[in-house]
Amino acid sequence: MTTITDPPKGQFRVSMLLSDTRYRSLTFQAIALFVLIVAIAYLASNLVRNLEAAGLNISYEFLGNPAGYDINQTLIPYDSQSPHLRAAWVGILNTLLVAFLACMTATVFGVVAGVLRLSNNWLISKLMAVYVEIFRNIPVLIWIIIIFTIMTAVLPSPRAFRGDDPTSTMVLGSMAFTNRGVYIPGPQLGNPLFASVALNWVLVLLFLVGSWFGSHALSKWAHAKQEETGELPTTWYYTLAIWIVPAGILLTIMGLHWQIPELKGFNFSGGIKIGGPLIALWFALSIYTGAFIAENVRAGIQAISKGQTEAASSLGLRPGRVMSLVVLPQALRVIIPPLISQYLNITKNSSLAIAVGYADVTATLGGITLNQTGRAIECVLLLMLFYLTISLSISAVMNVYNNSVKLKER
Amino acid sequence: MGNNPAPGMNTGCFMRPECTPRNGRLHQEEVKMKKTVFFGALTAVGLVAGAASAATLDDVKARGKLNCGVTTGLVGFAAPDANGEWQGFDVAVCRAVAAAVLGDATAVEFVPTTGKTRFTALASGEIDMLARNTTWTFSRDVDLKFEFTGVNYYDGQGFMVPKELGVSSAKDLDGATVCIQTGTTTELNLADFFRSNNIGYEPVPIETNAEAQQQYLAGACDVYTTDASGLAATRATFEAPGDHVILPEIISKEPLGPLVRHGDPEWGDIVRWSLNALIAAEELGISSTNIEELSAGTNNPEINRILGTEGTLGEMLGLDAEWAKRAIAAGGNYGEIFAKNIGESTPIGLARGLNAQWTEGGLLYTPPFR
Ligand SMILES: N[C@@H](CCC(=O)N[C@@H](CS)C(=O)NCC(=O)O)C(=O)O
Repeated sequence: MTTITDPPKGQFRVSMLLSDTRYRSLTFQAIALFVLIVAIAYLASNLVRNLEAAGLNISYEFLGNPAGYDINQTLIPYDSQSPHLRAAWVGILNTLLVAFLACMTATVFGVVAGVLRLSNNWLISKLMAVYVEIFRNIPVLIWIIIIFTIMTAVLPSPRAFRGDDPTSTMVLGSMAFTNRGVYIPGPQLGNPLFASVALNWVLVLLFLVGSWFGSHALSKWAHAKQEETGELPTTWYYTLAIWIVPAGILLTIMGLHWQIPELKGFNFSGGIKIGGPLIALWFALSIYTGAFIAENVRAGIQAISKGQTEAASSLGLRPGRVMSLVVLPQALRVIIPPLISQYLNITKNSSLAIAVGYADVTATLGGITLNQTGRAIECVLLLMLFYLTISLSISAVMNVYNNSVKLKER
Repeated sequence: MGNNPAPGMNTGCFMRPECTPRNGRLHQEEVKMKKTVFFGALTAVGLVAGAASAATLDDVKARGKLNCGVTTGLVGFAAPDANGEWQGFDVAVCRAVAAAVLGDATAVEFVPTTGKTRFTALASGEIDMLARNTTWTFSRDVDLKFEFTGVNYYDGQGFMVPKELGVSSAKDLDGATVCIQTGTTTELNLADFFRSNNIGYEPVPIETNAEAQQQYLAGACDVYTTDASGLAATRATFEAPGDHVILPEIISKEPLGPLVRHGDPEWGDIVRWSLNALIAAEELGISSTNIEELSAGTNNPEINRILGTEGTLGEMLGLDAEWAKRAIAAGGNYGEIFAKNIGESTPIGLARGLNAQWTEGGLLYTPPFR
């Protein structure tokens, strides 16, 4: 027989839903959930009813109709006869392009500024503080417009490059900085292996991936050697060769040469054009978000106890190596989670592109398509779906990375 | 950050009962029957809210102000003057309607809209009518569910280039960078024109006329294209208008006119006949100077019917007898409005051309007032 008896089971009475603490919170949650469902249902029914009353119906058929408008930056083939769906894809790729580029440069700006802000050099640390405070305290839309306006006002128009005595000339004879964008030499294959241009570059990419594995194997071998003999073999020239030689041979076979942009008619043609809107948006997003990342980096570094630095220094490591080998790897654990939200911010803020006429998905699907077809709800729902998907994917990828660097508890 | 609404998207209004388009009442029965059981109880509440909204005319009268959508600023058509008063050719249409309905030409709330935001503003009920250089097209009329109430300017799309480029025809524009206002018919005509002439171009989509002007003058685009009237109006504000030419090609038909939402035909009639009254007044020789004199009674029955001394036209519209008299008195007849805002004596300097009365070889032809 046990001396401690279970509390009496008792019968369940309805009043216990409120009086019994075991059930009370459940009761309130159920009520809240019910109210929420009713509210959403009300809004949804209101929407459906109003749409019907206005004679509108939700339909995505318009996505198959010809878009009818042209886009100035297309990463995939597109013309005005292509369907709206393709215009949306052009926009999506443009969004992804600027988001990717801006995430890269923002990270570089942020890490550099964050580390330098902690520098013992008074001037440098103060300069970085000024950078962070100025850039993160002015809205990004303003930065986008400022940068774009300065670009169009300061840089010459292609007209200035014309004539016998032009007012502007190309930098190094091969690059033109104009107020419509920057034109740089573009690689051309004189002797391609495949008819499709893209396929040739995929092959080059595959070679580079191979080189990556090669150099990885090499450094593994070098480290094994170091474990064994205590001496790290010098491998940098092998690494360099592994990267350069195979791709170099391939490109030579394919007849790589550089096409230099030339002024033809109204604009430069040939080579690669990096459009003004892309530059303004890319630069504004990176410099703005870079300021936030700098603060994350600084917080991450300061979270590592001073003892770590002192211990590393007492082992004889120079300050640069202390930072890169001891402090930063530990700081990453603190830096990565807020970094994820900065990347998400970049992606979402890229929807301000329309301010400078950059054809991102908000400008194509959510702008011109929406406006010309009048299908506002459909387009906005699609946009929401896109941004949600891309944000969740970025979070997922970054979380995987975070798990790989976080403190492993054994 | 991150939650800045994209410019020009005010779709949230779709959810609000006061934004229900006016024909809500017509569809109530039908709608009620289609409801699922689940929504049944909820819609009872919703329907009351939806049905409570009256016709546009009653709304405007109750408010004491007409909400009229105009451009963000296109001198001659719609722009605030030095005293902050809206002036222009499209503005005059708004004022005429306000005078007819409310008896006060100044009882107008001007709502600046861009090419992109104008239709959402009208569909959602934010504005009662739109008078913003808007082209009457099939899809806007039928698919977007608007009702065009006439044409106040017959226009076509043109191109403007700096003289120094030495271009004399739009067909020479191969490879040019072109500034266009997004959300306009311009955008679509342009694509068609270059496509059918087998030449290429690079579009620079821009939100407002002011930005387009700035980009064009900075040389960020070689060409600016929009309605020819808009080009003339834009060029008139340049420091050196003579340095820019408007190319001879007119690549489209752009009948510009005021519009209202589908579903309130009575309101559509009021806007339509206010505009017609301005046009008829010119044809019949009613002007702001002689209108008082004529409204004492004339021996022309049509003039009398317009000015309300004969017949019951005003009553049929749900207005008083002097509605058209006030509309005309607000800014004068069509010809006076044209001459004052965009005519040959203004810096914009547009000739009447297609916009002359039919009796003068133009296209203006209003149905009879009887
Ligand atoms: N008629 C065309 C174009 C209308 C349009 O956008 N016009 C320009 C120039 S003529 C304008 O009014 N801009 C004034 C503004 O930017 O608010 C349409 O209806 O789509």
